[in-house]
Amino acid sequence: MAGTGKAHLRDSPDVLLRIEDLVVEFPVGRTGLKVNAVSGISLDVLRGETLGLVGESGCGKSTTGRAIMQLPRPTSGSVVFEGSELTRLTGDEMREARTRMQMIFQDPISSLNPRRKVRQIVMEPLNIWKRGTDAERSQKVDSILEEVGIDPTRAAESQPHQFSGGQCQRISIARSLVLDPSLIICDEPVSALDVSVQAQVLNLLEDLKAEYGLTLIFIAHDLAVVKNISDRVAVMYLGKICEVAPSDVLYENPAHHYTSVLLNSIPVPDPEVAVTKTAIEGEPPSPVLPPPGCRFNPRCPAAQDICRTEEPQLRAVGDGHFVACHFPTVTPVELSTR
Amino acid sequence: MSDLIQASSRDIDGPLLVLKDVTTHFKTPRGLVRAVDGVSFTLDRGKALGIVGESGSGKTILSRSIMGLLPPRGTVRGGSITFEGREIGNLGRKEMRSVWGKEMAMIFQDPMTSLNPVMKIGRQIAEPLQIHLGMTKQNAWATAERLLQDVRIPEAKRRLEQYPHEMSGGMRQRVMIAIALACGPTALFADEPTTALDVTVQAQILDLLGEQRRDRNMSLVLVTHDLGVVAGHTDEIAVMYGGKLVEKATTKGLFANMKMPYTEALLNSIPRLEDRSHTRLSAIAGRPPDLVNPPKGCRFAPRCPYAQPKCQNEEPPLVPTAEDPNHLYACWYPVGSPENTEIKVRIAASKSEFAAAAGGN
Repeated sequence: MAGTGKAHLRDSPDVLLRIEDLVVEFPVGRTGLKVNAVSGISLDVLRGETLGLVGESGCGKSTTGRAIMQLPRPTSGSVVFEGSELTRLTGDEMREARTRMQMIFQDPISSLNPRRKVRQIVMEPLNIWKRGTDAERSQKVDSILEEVGIDPTRAAESQPHQFSGGQCQRISIARSLVLDPSLIICDEPVSALDVSVQAQVLNLLEDLKAEYGLTLIFIAHDLAVVKNISDRVAVMYLGKICEVAPSDVLYENPAHHYTSVLLNSIPVPDPEVAVTKTAIEGEPPSPVLPPPGCRFNPRCPAAQDICRTEEPQLRAVGDGHFVACHFPTVTPVELSTR
Repeated sequence: MSDLIQASSRDIDGPLLVLKDVTTHFKTPRGLVRAVDGVSFTLDRGKALGIVGESGSGKTILSRSIMGLLPPRGTVRGGSITFEGREIGNLGRKEMRSVWGKEMAMIFQDPMTSLNPVMKIGRQIAEPLQIHLGMTKQNAWATAERLLQDVRIPEAKRRLEQYPHEMSGGMRQRVMIAIALACGPTALFADEPTTALDVTVQAQILDLLGEQRRDRNMSLVLVTHDLGVVAGHTDEIAVMYGGKLVEKATTKGLFANMKMPYTEALLNSIPRLEDRSHTRLSAIAGRPPDLVNPPKGCRFAPRCPYAQPKCQNEEPPLVPTAEDPNHLYACWYPVGSPENTEIKVRIAASKSEFAAAAGGN
């Protein structure tokens, strides 16, 4: 089994979503080769928790988010959401399950139908699932629009292009909320926005999470943003998990060399400290032919022979802090509970 | 690095670029959009200037106005732009062709769409060399290979024969930089060059731009919405809001002593790594002004936490600070002034009063 281990999975009645050995592969034309987008990752999310998924382009973070939604269905592995195994559901059952889990995408403008009125866009899920009477639907839509800071009257007569990027993202959030889901997967929801608007949307997500009792999976490449919103963060690289930790711990005490690289790449808004050293050279290798052993070894400053042959498994280095590295920067601890 | 094509070192004294009261307005069915409304500044040779502001602040239109890359119809331009002592604000596209490439070059935000998808990378770099510098094809391709090495693309020779879709976003942005550098421009404009890229690649691209600027003694104008990006990579920063310049200072001076509440708000909205998770971010409420009907007084007043009646009625002029004549700002109650401190105290007092009232319920 080439998985990166499951030491970090929790045994709690509050687990809302549990992914085990998730594998997603895509064929490359007719060459017989395949893209190893996600290679056997395991994760869990507790009710009311925000899990951050970070990594560079091509690390499989978005694919993981989509595989949870079964868009498309993963190649193998299990996804258990609210007690049901999603990979075994029929198409109709899956459609029903998706009312409980919603997604928000990166580009707020292209994820809204340009030809429809904004209010209709937000109303649509209620119409499809025939929830409530017309009056109840209207009331629900208006109250959610108010909640996200969009004027319902304006929404009734305007199309998405009449709103700014930040407002469109608010509309997407409203649409994802109308069916009262328990899980929202946010795929880079703020990376297309200005910093000032980004702060507004992040604050809004925090407020809505508290108010609706939501569980979030927050996918992004910006560690500062992920730290701000997440309770727990999983760092991904080339289809594998490198490190999982409570977010404050991850930032104070990164154990994986790749996590340190990501942290050092963030531009610091202070000219006195901002003399950046290029944190890392090059870009991740192709996921068609991932390197053997630890997938980060070709770019890792601490790589040894063992890293090129043997894949590291996730192991504990602290309370709730797990790392998949042969030479972590934090000393591993023996777990007595397992 | 003697084989680099250096920025032409003409011995003209004075600054490289001087903007005087530049305006760029667009005629639209809704009325005149005042995208850039009276901006003046100078840029010295070999310096890096950051132009910072939100979407719709006019930062991109300003850099495009300097480059002469505006739509020909419906554009109303005013003021003067002198580059190396020559007025370029009124030049047409044909005349600008002699300026583009050799004098000024630009790289854009989206490396996916700014390259020609059906042309080999090599030809896209070699073409400007042949057209602007009159190189032979063979020479141009050899130079193209060296340019790819300069921007740290491995296996440059093989890459020349590839098409853009065979490269990652970061690689494509490096190719864009190579094309922009090809004719040795005196000034390079980079409009959000790293916004579409990963943080790791962003750091690499910013370092590369800085290194090429120093090696070539080139001026760099970095246009971005992120104060974090400009902090480590520019000498000076100009902050724009609602089509106006609202603060300009050396990078160190600006961060040490921000005057404009807008600059402060922009900085505060960046999530900080050193803050604990779930720290409330200070977002700037509201949206940038409508540039068809901009607010009468200070354009930031409707969103400014410190706004007073005077701000709504009178437009603040751009004035130097007491300590530094080169640090300009436009605000009636600048951050750090006694008047501003007084307003801050009042806000804090009314907040705690509100909290007390809310707690009593």
